[in-house]
Amino acid sequence: MNGSARVLSNLNTSSAPIERVVSFTRIFKETGFRFVTMSCSDLGEGIDLIYHFDKDLDLRSMRVVVPKGRAISSITSVYSCAMLIENEIKEHFGVDFEGLPIDFNGTMYLDEEVHKTPFCKIGIVKKPAAEQED
Amino acid sequence: MARTTLPFGPQHPVLPEPIHLSLVLEDEIVIQAIPKLGYVHRGLEKMAEIRDHNQMIQIVERTCGICSTLHAMCYCQGIEALMGVEVPERARFLRVVWAEMHRIHSHLLWLGLFADAFGFESLFMQCWRIRERIMDLQEATSGNRVIVSVNVVGGVKRDIKPETQQWILDTLKLVERDVLQLKTTVMDDYTVQRRTVGIGVLTKEKAFELGACGPMLRASGVAQDMRQLGYAAYGQLDFTPVVETDGDCYARTLCRFNEIFQGIDLIRQAFAKLPEGELSVKVKGLPSGEVLSRVEQPRGECLYYIKASGQKFLDRLRIRTPTFNNLAPLLELLPGCELADVPVLILTIDPCISCTER
Repeated sequence: MNGSARVLSNLNTSSAPIERVVSFTRIFKETGFRFVTMSCSDLGEGIDLIYHFDKDLDLRSMRVVVPKGRAISSITSVYSCAMLIENEIKEHFGVDFEGLPIDFNGTMYLDEEVHKTPFCKIGIVKKPAAEQED
Repeated sequence: MARTTLPFGPQHPVLPEPIHLSLVLEDEIVIQAIPKLGYVHRGLEKMAEIRDHNQMIQIVERTCGICSTLHAMCYCQGIEALMGVEVPERARFLRVVWAEMHRIHSHLLWLGLFADAFGFESLFMQCWRIRERIMDLQEATSGNRVIVSVNVVGGVKRDIKPETQQWILDTLKLVERDVLQLKTTVMDDYTVQRRTVGIGVLTKEKAFELGACGPMLRASGVAQDMRQLGYAAYGQLDFTPVVETDGDCYARTLCRFNEIFQGIDLIRQAFAKLPEGELSVKVKGLPSGEVLSRVEQPRGECLYYIKASGQKFLDRLRIRTPTFNNLAPLLELLPGCELADVPVLILTIDPCISCTER
């Protein structure tokens, strides 16, 4: 089997509790991992968030299950480059990331009049423009 | 000093890619750059919910017109890993040939656009003239100049006959000669140096921290290339990543120039070692599980996340393209630069917005 396709298993994927996502991510950074991206899928009751990190071409993943409607801390305080992907996931799945430095509030790809999240049955609640400025 | 907010794109004379930035300026200096995506968002990932895993090959190929075959290769590798499919040796080597053709023509396309960005129009024409030879090779071997649809789950669907191989090698000799001439002309040029040396410096630490990939990362001194993973037949070829250390626009240009020569060399190696045998294996069943597949596209690391549960349609397909990751370094480079350098800095990441927005 080629080395560039890695089937996710317990050997390369860890789980993290939702409230410790930032501290777990910090461990990856402190041990020299590069942030690759995040993947996301709808589990029905919750959202499956998978954070991917790489060190010397060794890809590791961290899985966090976010109950629908609950917010999760943004990891941008650790990896600032996560800002775009967190915005994308917010827009596509309705996951609310707390502490995003630039929050497109669901309008990164989609128009303002779109109130549905394409990959998840729940919708995100968009704040009125005046409230966003505050 | 009054602040001005200037929209850059999505339609801009400097590049056909519909990148859209809001630039906050103080006088001629950029203070902040805010990206605005969505102009060419097509929702391709959503198509996985209504197209089966074989039909999705045609969809993912259309993610990008420049690296179509690499998207399909990345996707097929993921499905093959989930289904435990062993791809025939000959197909692995042929995948390398098409992948490297894509890299060569992509870098030549970029170089032309980059030259055009700082007003070197004759260089733009020269680059694209050379690139046409590669487009001819793609058309002759796949039947199409742009969307090179050769990958299937389990191998490739087209062969390259010995006489065509020889013609490709002869053409590559001409390309190599022309690019070598071009390299001397470009890299020694006073104007090119003035516009690129010391501009947009990304340190090794910053490149790593911001998740840069591809030539953006390697031009900052990080020797990381997904081809080191040995996918397709790269593990059987002599390959070391092209690395530069200065981290500026000049280093990134040099890095891409040298990757053109490396691509030519890899095609030669692939043909020299091309084994006889089948082009593909028959694949039965449906994929199940979760996989991450990575390839090195001309712009950098491309990652596919595929989740399947043995059903007709995939549960989830996520495409992370290299430009998506290189936007963060771009947003880091822009503040503090002069407005006149913005096109050069944007082009230095070789943006593909069609890929990024999917």
